[in-house]
Amino acid sequence: MPILKRLFIRILSIAVTLIGVSIIVFVVIRVVPGNPISMMLPPGATDDDILRLKILYGFDKSIIEQFFIWISGVLSGDFGTSISLRQPVLSLVLGRLPATLELSLLALLIACILGGTLSLLGTRLRETKIEGIIDGINGMAMSIPDFLWGLIFILLFGVMWPIFHISGRISPFLDIDYSTQFYLVESIVRFDLKVFADLLAHMLMPAVALSIPLAAIISQLLKQSLKETMHLDYVTLSRTKGYSENHVILREALPNAVLPTMTLVGVQFTFLIGGTVIIERLFSYEGLGNMAIDAVINRDLPLIQGIVILFALIFTLVNLLVDLTYTLLNPKLRNG
Amino acid sequence: MVDSSRNINRKIGLRMWLSGGWLLFLFLATLFAPIISPHDPLAQDLFASRLPPIWMDGYESTYYLGSDSLGRDVLSRILYGARIALLVALIASTATCIIGATLGVLAGYFGGWVDLVISRLVDIWMAFPPVLFAILLIAVLGTGLTSIIIAIIVIDWTRFCRVIRAETMSQSAMDYVASAQAAGRARFGIMVKEIFPNVLPTIVVLLTLEMGIAVIVEAILSFVNLSISTDFPTWGGMISEGRTSVHQAWWVIVFPLITLFLTVLSFSQLGEGLKDRFDPVLR
Amino acid sequence: MTAFLSIRNLSISLQNGERILRSVNMDLARGDVRGLVGESGAGKSMIGKAILGILPRALKIDEGEILFQGKNLLNLNPRELRKEIGANAALIPQDPLTALNPSHRIGRQITNRLIDILGWSKSDAVKRTYDLLDEVRIPDPKRVINSFPHELSGGMRQRILIASAFAAEPKLIIADEPTTALDVTVQKQIVSLIGEMQSRHGTTLLFVTHDLGVVSKVCQSLSVLFLGKVIEDTSVSLFFDNPSHPYSRALLTATPKYTDPNSDLIPVSEKILNSVKEEVLRLDREWSNGR
Ligand SMILES: Nc1ncnc2c1ncn2[C@@H]1O[C@H](COP(=O)(O)OP(=O)(O)OP(=O)(O)O)[C@@H](O)[C@H]1O
Ligand SMILES: [Mg+2]
Repeated sequence: MPILKRLFIRILSIAVTLIGVSIIVFVVIRVVPGNPISMMLPPGATDDDILRLKILYGFDKSIIEQFFIWISGVLSGDFGTSISLRQPVLSLVLGRLPATLELSLLALLIACILGGTLSLLGTRLRETKIEGIIDGINGMAMSIPDFLWGLIFILLFGVMWPIFHISGRISPFLDIDYSTQFYLVESIVRFDLKVFADLLAHMLMPAVALSIPLAAIISQLLKQSLKETMHLDYVTLSRTKGYSENHVILREALPNAVLPTMTLVGVQFTFLIGGTVIIERLFSYEGLGNMAIDAVINRDLPLIQGIVILFALIFTLVNLLVDLTYTLLNPKLRNG
Repeated sequence: MVDSSRNINRKIGLRMWLSGGWLLFLFLATLFAPIISPHDPLAQDLFASRLPPIWMDGYESTYYLGSDSLGRDVLSRILYGARIALLVALIASTATCIIGATLGVLAGYFGGWVDLVISRLVDIWMAFPPVLFAILLIAVLGTGLTSIIIAIIVIDWTRFCRVIRAETMSQSAMDYVASAQAAGRARFGIMVKEIFPNVLPTIVVLLTLEMGIAVIVEAILSFVNLSISTDFPTWGGMISEGRTSVHQAWWVIVFPLITLFLTVLSFSQLGEGLKDRFDPVLR
Repeated sequence: MTAFLSIRNLSISLQNGERILRSVNMDLARGDVRGLVGESGAGKSMIGKAILGILPRALKIDEGEILFQGKNLLNLNPRELRKEIGANAALIPQDPLTALNPSHRIGRQITNRLIDILGWSKSDAVKRTYDLLDEVRIPDPKRVINSFPHELSGGMRQRILIASAFAAEPKLIIADEPTTALDVTVQKQIVSLIGEMQSRHGTTLLFVTHDLGVVSKVCQSLSVLFLGKVIEDTSVSLFFDNPSHPYSRALLTATPKYTDPNSDLIPVSEKILNSVKEEVLRLDREWSNGR
């Protein structure tokens, strides 16, 4: 029961957040000083042309009217038409979403593996030189943002030792006809190794670049939490039962150490998703973020609105998911 | 025990000396950029395009770090780019700091409805993901340095406000504040004279870290062409241009990248070092 | 004849040279119940931890041996030590609230040693668990086995830990102040439960406590520890009739009827404390001169 109640409250708060975000986005964008219409026009356009365009995009009505037109459209799945690409915003945005989702989830996976391994290693070898080295690496990894990691990787593994592709999501010559846009997932399902390898060769560098700061945070938080847990009585008790150090760390300490770090990792994951905007640009990866930057450069208001709201939706869903997993994993909440 | 802690201190010291040294060097270089730059950073010379740095074959004596595909001197452009980077870092982080820290001290010291209003504002602000904020702001404000600076201030003041508020609250709870109050001193006076000096170290740490953030934000935005116009040399712009010719002229991207890397790393290491210095208990 | 458990000249200190145990000697015969008494910080838990091989990393063993069934535990490598302890010894810890893993179910925490370390079949282990829970008088064992620790009271948890300690029929059990964290009303029940279990299973028991009353009830012999030094090693009846050390005498007079459960053995006169301290420090000087 408490879980359902929690879920209900969370979903309600998501709805409130999204409505709030839509209003803010809408209002902020309408007070743009420069007129977006004028930027679309060729030099020498007449006032008449401007008026016609304004009417076409609905900019001639009052802000309140515009908002209700827009929001009723949104509720029926119509996010308007992109000014620069002249296509419905919804289909544009949904077309790019899978690429961004796959990239950020791959990055999350890598971050968990890297961070988890480092923290376990640091705990196993605590109070040795190796632990100091791991702490040093963590500090370094945390203070360099993903953008710089991406550039470094491009130079190292795209140029000096060109083992990965430095741009795009998939090689153009691989003419695939998949039924979804989730290429990576679908290539795994279809067991299409050639495509899978090609996708990885494109995605690995941006994904690792995105994951490093998060991995460092996971490693640091989890190691701290593990170290505290290792001093607890039940860990000591399990040693006296004859269990090895590895077992004690993995089975006794880890499950309890993971919980407190989880919520923090959830917040950090939303930062990672935010990071895709710039990383996608850097690797010319055709995802939402790349599209967002184009939209900003072109001042494509309907598209910007759509992307921002979609991102807001993703962020709130991630938070919801983290909250639910936390509830499910924590025995005290599960049947309390 | 004693030995190892001294060892740690020495390590912290070295880290801070190195990063501080680099930043000072960079600062002086930007001040004297017009004097020490071998070339005009904007001057194109198609007869001197893609010259390698001077330790490689085919160099030309005054292009120390080589030239880009338009024949512009890489070193001069890095030096002038540093001006923009440091300018943004200085202005944006100082303004962010003043706004955030002021609100934080007010909220932390006065509590009550002042705290309530400011804390709510921070909560609402932080619910909005920074990247979306940045996209929206740049879309609204248009490109350019001022937009970047405003965006940094608008997005990051909460970082200062939260930390300084907490710090102020814990300082306010200490005996010296109570005794100052008992002595009948004015509340505002206590805040400025007693509390502020004690939260100053934290402010300095945050300010240093914020400068690193500002530098990277400026670099990213100029990389994607949303910063100052491309007429001006910026590190991000150089990296973006260098990326297209990385196979023919790696030096165009590598040197600005190294400079950016060192600068960002130095700010964060300096900040972390200061944190350890001011608050060894936290370690 | 070597005793079942024999600690010889055990000295333990911190990295900075501060001594925690000072040439401790102690012998336990098979089936013996020995009380280990001393004020807080005297080093009682450290003796137990040294035997079980779970000393904190900050501590190092300077000299001595711990002979367990004729084998010196300090000469074993970590693997052999784990095996020896896991199969033959068990700990009843001080605080039942923190000694059970919050994310595992109770049943698993009783059976895990039997299955993972001793290679029992799952059904044997489960059957054994039901017997044990019956022995420690836990009602509704089925529900308890499937519960998480936070769903049980402190007294219940300590019963679980006792059951878990006796599960593998260990030859030696170390009970480290098993009642200090409990309600006064529950303390008595737990003490008598441990005594009862011990006599039924014939286990050798080292009972660490603050409480002379408990010692008089459960133990046959006792060691008094002060500043990491054993200053009295005698049988319980001799001790209560005629303690030999001035500190012990002071202890007895200071503890009303040996039964005040929470007394921290504090109100011993300054003079006696100082004289014992001087004696210990003198021994320390001799010890460091001899090295
Ligand atoms: N992890 C540790 N690191 C350093 N010193 C420790 C550590 N644990 C305990 N000590 C020191 O060892 C000494 C003996 O501690 P011990 O826990 O054996 O006392 P005790 O007799 O069991 O006391 P109590 O009745 O409080 O449990 C104490 O002086 C304590 O300060
Ligand atoms: Mg103890």
